[in-house]
Amino acid sequence: MSDVKKFLYVNRRAPYGTIYALESLEVVLIGAAFEQDVSLAFLDDGVFQLTKSQDTKGIGVKNFSPTFRALGDYDVTRLFVERESLEERGLTEDDLQEIMYEDEDDDWAEKPSIKVVSRAEMADIMADQDVVLSF
Amino acid sequence: MSTLHTVNKSPFATTALVSCLGHCKDGDAVLMIEDGVYGGLAGSQMAPIVEEMGKKVALYVLTPDLAARGVDASRLLEGIEGVDYSGFVELVTKHDRTQAWL
Amino acid sequence: MKFGVLVSEGPYTHQAVDSAYNFVKAALAAGHEVPRVFFYHDGVNVATRLSVPPQDERNIQENWTALAKEHGVDLVVCIAAAQRRGILDKNEAERQGKDADNLAEGFRISGLGQLIEMGIQTDRLVTFGD
Repeated sequence: MSDVKKFLYVNRRAPYGTIYALESLEVVLIGAAFEQDVSLAFLDDGVFQLTKSQDTKGIGVKNFSPTFRALGDYDVTRLFVERESLEERGLTEDDLQEIMYEDEDDDWAEKPSIKVVSRAEMADIMADQDVVLSF
Repeated sequence: MSTLHTVNKSPFATTALVSCLGHCKDGDAVLMIEDGVYGGLAGSQMAPIVEEMGKKVALYVLTPDLAARGVDASRLLEGIEGVDYSGFVELVTKHDRTQAWL
Repeated sequence: MKFGVLVSEGPYTHQAVDSAYNFVKAALAAGHEVPRVFFYHDGVNVATRLSVPPQDERNIQENWTALAKEHGVDLVVCIAAAQRRGILDKNEAERQGKDADNLAEGFRISGLGQLIEMGIQTDRLVTFGD
């Protein structure tokens, strides 16, 4: 009997204004040890978490955005970003960090972890999960 | 397979309800709790949106939260059903997963 | 069914903690099991035993402590979130060189793994936050 469940971490809030983005990432990192089927969803203001060039020196808080780039090492390779949320905010995929993982089933080829999906596709992804954690 | 979505914020304060409704699938249910119950008010600016987007899901409000806020059930959109906490529990068991829109 | 509950906001400021409490009571009354409630983000502040709310208001911490005692609900406070917010048990206080501890009865401090485990071992996970 398989103990593997589909876990979706839903991120709808911007970084730094509140702690939810950082603390949700901490759950993802710890949770990776449990070898479940993990996906991350970024929609609404959550898409702002993945933007490039975050420089937090002026506000005196830790810049945690580099941590996203380590997710591949934790076997967390599916970061779904909602297209409509990007567009509503005047963003494109180019505004987002490059986050890669090494696909062990494809000769360790480097592949992008971010997958931009439509709202309808995001709804389907959500409907496919066993456990949804919202932060 | 279906989802119970919970929304706890007023739709006049945040986009949680609208975002939730935009991600529902046929057969899902949306339960408005806490300040989210204001999303069920008829005659508000949000009402047409809730009515339209809510067509494919079952809409519920948590009645203790309605009562706390002095909102009579007669002020709600037609088709919204009131449930108490035991009804909330039943909805959680009935649907395959619960997703909170915070 | 087995329910897991995640509480993501602190007591009194947000209704989330009350909603969670009422939900858990209703679930238990209906004959379901609630093996664990996990407190994260500001939710860890529920676990301080130093809160003194007005006499005519509910005492949130005491309510949860009583729930744990009566029904065996495992109240878990995330260690990382607790450390940030100054919720410490005796061990943690000693480990961190602090001159006091404040964890209320019925709560235990543990890692985020307990949240994932809760998701794996329960039939439904319900989140109360803001």
